[in-house]
Amino acid sequence: MTILRRTLLAGAAAVTALGMATAAGAQDDKTKVGFVFVGPVGDGGWTYEHNQGRLAVEEEFGDQVETVFVENVAEGPDSERVMTQMALNGADLIFTTSFGYMDPTINVAKKFPDVKFEHATGYKTAENVSTYSARFYEGRAIQGLIAGSMTESNIIGYIGSFPIPEVIRGINSAYIQAKKVNPDVQFKIVWVYTWFDPAKEADAAKVLIEQGADVVLQHTDSTAPQAAAQTAGGVYTFGQASDMYEYAPEPRISSIIDNWAPYYIERTKAVMDGTWESVSRWDGIAEGMVGIGEITSAVPDDVKAAALEMKDKIASGEMHPFTGPLKKQDGSDWLAEGETADDGTLAGMNFYVEGIEGEIPQ
Amino acid sequence: MDLSQINPILLVASLMVAATPILLAAIGELVVERAGVLNLGVEGMMITGAICGFAVAVETGSPWLGFLAAAIGGAALSFLFVILTQFALANQVASGLALTLFGLGLSSLLGQSYVGIKPPPTPDLHIPLLSDIPILGPVVFSHDLILYLGIAIVAGVWALLKFTRAGLIMRAVGENHDAAHALGYKVVRIRVMAILFGGACAGLGGAYISLVRVPQWTEGMTAGVGWIALALVVFASWKPWRVLLGAYLFGGITVLQLNLQAAGVAIPVEYLAMSPYVITIVVLVILSADKSRAPGSLGRIFHATS
Repeated sequence: MTILRRTLLAGAAAVTALGMATAAGAQDDKTKVGFVFVGPVGDGGWTYEHNQGRLAVEEEFGDQVETVFVENVAEGPDSERVMTQMALNGADLIFTTSFGYMDPTINVAKKFPDVKFEHATGYKTAENVSTYSARFYEGRAIQGLIAGSMTESNIIGYIGSFPIPEVIRGINSAYIQAKKVNPDVQFKIVWVYTWFDPAKEADAAKVLIEQGADVVLQHTDSTAPQAAAQTAGGVYTFGQASDMYEYAPEPRISSIIDNWAPYYIERTKAVMDGTWESVSRWDGIAEGMVGIGEITSAVPDDVKAAALEMKDKIASGEMHPFTGPLKKQDGSDWLAEGETADDGTLAGMNFYVEGIEGEIPQ
Repeated sequence: MDLSQINPILLVASLMVAATPILLAAIGELVVERAGVLNLGVEGMMITGAICGFAVAVETGSPWLGFLAAAIGGAALSFLFVILTQFALANQVASGLALTLFGLGLSSLLGQSYVGIKPPPTPDLHIPLLSDIPILGPVVFSHDLILYLGIAIVAGVWALLKFTRAGLIMRAVGENHDAAHALGYKVVRIRVMAILFGGACAGLGGAYISLVRVPQWTEGMTAGVGWIALALVVFASWKPWRVLLGAYLFGGITVLQLNLQAAGVAIPVEYLAMSPYVITIVVLVILSADKSRAPGSLGRIFHATS
């Protein structure tokens, strides 16, 4: 069936490309901005927020820009074709919004030196390739604090997507804070190897709940784990990438909200003005790229106050989620007392901190 | 590692739930293919069923009306395939792929206002006596109706193909449509019915995901299950009980591997993650050593004058 599926995807890309070509022919003086999405824009999570950013660009510049997007693009070679097609159709700036688009973005960028590329959450740059990401781990620290305080079974479930630094960073950050407020806390981590598959995400949430977790953190894109937690009852969750407020006040008790709009507007402006340069942007709560969704009434006031205090401290730079003394999982020293992690280590993080059980898949 | 954290009763119960969408879609496609038609639009029909069922269940408050609507929605979409392939004599592969693309688009359009809504719960059956048997009761006799319907359809299709004249005629149409036509059987009519049945089953399977397994509506939520169902039909050598076995193996190992991960079993996660695919294929390939083959007219266009 692989061959057939490829044909299907090729067909999908061709149909989209056709639409884009027609649009491009009509107006050539516009700045054209392309977006490559890993899931559907209606996923209610990650891709939804990137699409909100796209809409904000349209809103900001009106007639001066034209945006195009292709959703449900598989990571890997298929994405390369979609990007190539976008570039051929006259895109001036292309945002590729998933980690797995890293090498394809670099490859396509080589072929189109005049097109600017922006790759989300990766670490490879080139003259015409920037990277951008948000310091989600700052939000994860706050989640960890709330989760550690809320759990009664002392088991926190964590649905991981792929074992890449971004996800591992989130697990570590949440664990460190959860452990601080609740020394008995245990993390159960399940890897589902997908960013978006509601049925599988729901299964993973159910399994974690069956095995005793009463707080479930997710690093996947759909709201399915929220629905599973709601059905199970007595389980708390956090909105991931988007507010997921439709599941408040329970199970969703807070959320991490990605706000890409300011960055997308800034970079589009830079292309229009001809001032675009390759950068590696990594913004957090302070810059507003990471937002913390409303902490609901299910959370006791003192926990809520502590969480908001932590948010303010992170925003002001007073606190860093990775501050020593910290050891790695194998017991070796990582950060000395008072020392904070540097961005290089964080960007390539491939180890758990001390206390987390299990191995990271290699 | 602590295997005692895995509750075998919950495990078996949830594997049956996980397997049902694939089972429903695959048994429908099996009938379609036995009648000699290759419909690659399973994914599109499933997702259409998922939203039709979800929308109607939310509007009426009745999950059963939802499932009915899902079957009708899936069948309605497959009717498009009927027009294309049975009357306009279009290529089946291309039409099926188009059907999937169309279904995915249509479903996100229909689903615009249903994101984040909670559907009415689908009640689990409580059969007096049977459901109260220790262990076996909660595992086997305490699910929702649709799950049993899936198994009943498999049994029905098996009986139809094996024992009835209607099944024999359908197989004849699938094996050699020219010969069946020469004998006076209505090839097109039989195929139309098979395709509509396949569409209805796929629609039910889709609604099972949106109403029971997840339960919510999200765009693209079937996420490739339809393709797995298609592959399953081939690996099950077009035999109903093997489809059941394959679906339960696949669903079961999917749930089991998540359980093993959560319990911290020392098997590398990569192997666990690929195990549902590998084990299902290996088992069914071993079973298919009895030289079963595809229906003779599978995917070929039939026209009475040729």
